[in-house]
Amino acid sequence: MSAGVVDEHADAATKAVSRPVLEITGLSVGVRGEDGEREVVSGLSLSLRRGETLCIAGESGSGKSMTALAIMRLLPQPAGRIAAGTIRLFDKDGSTVELTALDERRMRDIRGDRIAMIFQEPMTSLNPVLSIGRQLTESIEAHTGLSHAEAQRRAVEALQAVRISEAESRLKQFPHELSGGMRQRVMIAMALALEPDVLIADEPTTALDVTVQGEVLELLRDLQRQHGTSVILITHDMGVVAEMADRVIVMRNGRMVEEGATADIFARPRAAYTQELLAAVPRIGSGAGRRASSEPDEMAGKDKVAVVNDLHVRFDLHGGFFGRVTRRVHAVEGVSFSIAPNETLALVGESGCGKSTTAKALAGLVPYTGGVTIGGRELSGLGGDARKAVRRDVQMVFQDPYASLDPRMRVGDLVAEPLLIHGIGSRQERRERVAALFERVGLSAAQMELYPHEFSGGQRQRICIARALALRPKLIIADESVSALDVSVQARVLDLLKELQREFGVAYLFISHDMAVVENISDRVAVMYLGQIVEIGSRDQVFSNPRHPYTRRLIEAVPVPDPSRRRTRFARLDREIPSATRRIGETVPKLLLKDFGGGHLAAVAD
Amino acid sequence: MIAYLGRRLIQSLLILLGVSLITFALLYLLPADPVRQIAGRSATPETVENIRRQLGLDQPFVVQYWHYLTRLIGGDLGRSYIQRSEVTELIVSRLPASLLLMVGAILCELAIGLTMGLVAAVKRGTATDQTLMVASFVGVSAPQFVVGLLLLYVFAVRLGWFPIGGYGSWRHLVLPSLTMGILGAGWYARMMRSSMIDVLRQDYMRTARAKGLARGAILFRHALPNAILPVVAMIGIDIGVFMGGIVVVESVFGWPGIGQLAWQAIQRVDIPIIMGVTLVSAFAIVLGNLLADIIAPFIDPRIKLR
Repeated sequence: MSAGVVDEHADAATKAVSRPVLEITGLSVGVRGEDGEREVVSGLSLSLRRGETLCIAGESGSGKSMTALAIMRLLPQPAGRIAAGTIRLFDKDGSTVELTALDERRMRDIRGDRIAMIFQEPMTSLNPVLSIGRQLTESIEAHTGLSHAEAQRRAVEALQAVRISEAESRLKQFPHELSGGMRQRVMIAMALALEPDVLIADEPTTALDVTVQGEVLELLRDLQRQHGTSVILITHDMGVVAEMADRVIVMRNGRMVEEGATADIFARPRAAYTQELLAAVPRIGSGAGRRASSEPDEMAGKDKVAVVNDLHVRFDLHGGFFGRVTRRVHAVEGVSFSIAPNETLALVGESGCGKSTTAKALAGLVPYTGGVTIGGRELSGLGGDARKAVRRDVQMVFQDPYASLDPRMRVGDLVAEPLLIHGIGSRQERRERVAALFERVGLSAAQMELYPHEFSGGQRQRICIARALALRPKLIIADESVSALDVSVQARVLDLLKELQREFGVAYLFISHDMAVVENISDRVAVMYLGQIVEIGSRDQVFSNPRHPYTRRLIEAVPVPDPSRRRTRFARLDREIPSATRRIGETVPKLLLKDFGGGHLAAVAD
Repeated sequence: MIAYLGRRLIQSLLILLGVSLITFALLYLLPADPVRQIAGRSATPETVENIRRQLGLDQPFVVQYWHYLTRLIGGDLGRSYIQRSEVTELIVSRLPASLLLMVGAILCELAIGLTMGLVAAVKRGTATDQTLMVASFVGVSAPQFVVGLLLLYVFAVRLGWFPIGGYGSWRHLVLPSLTMGILGAGWYARMMRSSMIDVLRQDYMRTARAKGLARGAILFRHALPNAILPVVAMIGIDIGVFMGGIVVVESVFGWPGIGQLAWQAIQRVDIPIIMGVTLVSAFAIVLGNLLADIIAPFIDPRIKLR
């Protein structure tokens, strides 16, 4: 008798393992727009097994996020609706709920309790006016009959589970007091506090720094193992897919193009689109042999495009009685480097390390101290007009192609504007030059009359590049210029940048947080940390023989798009990156760079 | 916090000083002669000159202003030319009525305006939304004396629910508060609607829904505190608008507040009263803004007073 009961349990357990927890059949999602309803997800069927991680991969507009929102029944209202299909959620005891048929009240019981979701933007996904504790306990209280004190205890446990130190005192903190990585952990704690059957993570690490991404991914994996949660991970990053997924679904234009086990998808992609997608993914190691890195001693003495010497940028923080300066952000602290013609120097580092500020100082957009020499002319000794002329040689391409083009100007005028500002050419000459630039960056001259909103993200970035090229600069600063683009688009824009370099001999200061992209395009690499350069050298020196621990950490943290090289464990930092804000009078220890030969310099750890 | 308050108080005093100077200068430049008003038409030139000397109005502007200022610092707002009593006393006796009206009006405009804005935002794009927005537009654009008279006619004369005018019970308060409140309610409804629509779009609202919270919790705990912030800042500024409206509304309803006092004083060029009322109004506006700024960090923890 008793043996029978045990058998039944074991039986139920094996059944539970093989049974799906969520099953989607023929799901179609429509979104109503100005020109009628558009199908953003078409005939999608998938099943999620208990305890597995299913990755939905795809580029923007593939319908992956819409699928997630459809499961949660959180499609944008009133425009979005589930047009067809079923979404069934299976309970452990075998009962089934058809989510598309539930009314809002019953759906509410499912959300957060049975299916939880975490979102891409940790900075904006938590309510700024409510304390962390309140935001954690409210969902616990909403779904369980626990008292406030019990809910609070549960919240503390949840925070401890996501490895947040001093969990109890964190409950009183507000989101703005936490870093992005910490906020995302709070989001995970919130999602997992009620031990849901399914966790949907929509680009959970896309907005995070790469080292923080590594930690958060590992945390997700550990928690999943502990609780047996089934995870749907939505991502555009094939590295993350390789790192996390048991199975992968590749989506494009609302349709599933391929489904399979992770190893199979990476080793033997069948669909042409999957093959393209994987080919476009930048990988560390693939950049080698692109071009022999210029020997530094050979370059010495030649005319550098730009020389930056002991650059400092500090921002004052005001406080106290009459708004005196009480503290300063030491954004850039004694940075020195030089760029030769035809060379790409990459500046890498995580958010707040000062890489963008360095670029802005070089372009003359922020006040700085220190020496900046462009085309052999030291800027500090020049008057306003001469400086303006020299600045022509330095142009910038920004990160967000949507925000960096004035929506009310025709793109042809946008590209012609630098010429107009510097009074170059007649109207007709400018037009011809702009038309030639359009052709050169892969657009047609006919498109000059259009407005920015009529272009895709990749096309807009091409327009920005054309604008930067208009003055035939010697140096183009590309500040995270490909970060916002889909990988396939990214690859094409990177190719364009390389072609332009060959053709015009322009030098790039390429700023990026993405080590794989950097490895792909750069000749030399400078790694920044807390406003200082901790390592600089040729690409090969930095990537194959990193000397500074932070460089090593940055390289290790990049998820490798190869499931067979999945990392078992990622070295965790038990503290956050310290702040670059300092009190007045507090000195910043200057890092001493040691020469490792061949122009490879790195700070030595004390 | 104390340093902040200290700094703000010093700023406020400077503002009041500026207001006093500008008002005094404007009244000095006014072509109307207060002495003629006091002396009457039949007075001889000697009498007029006598009165002028007595009041110190023959002195140069700087001297007059200096005298006024030194007395002001001692808390003395001077004597009314016409009413023959201290301005301070006149204002103190009438201030409670005006404050009561102000509180009533603010409650009215918040209750009506915020509700309308909230409902319109949630029902965005529907007929309800459009109706409410048309109503708010009417509220904003209707002149207060028209609204006041209309309310008087319907609710006092026709229906007899409220007294026609005067001061005393809560019934007396309703119509004037409503008259004052309708203008503000229109503004608040529009502001609340756009602020709320903005908040409803935020990522954290999606998070709240993904948690499976009830509609009420989502709306009142997650959305409202975020949406109300710009409205709170508005209340401070609103007191200025209110001070303008009070002159009209108190006259329509025979409400014995400082608005009526000001109206009478303006007609008779009673400079000390005009000055006094102006300064009290300016003080109220400055105080209102200060209060709004102090309240803000309690709603949004990201705001720090410094």
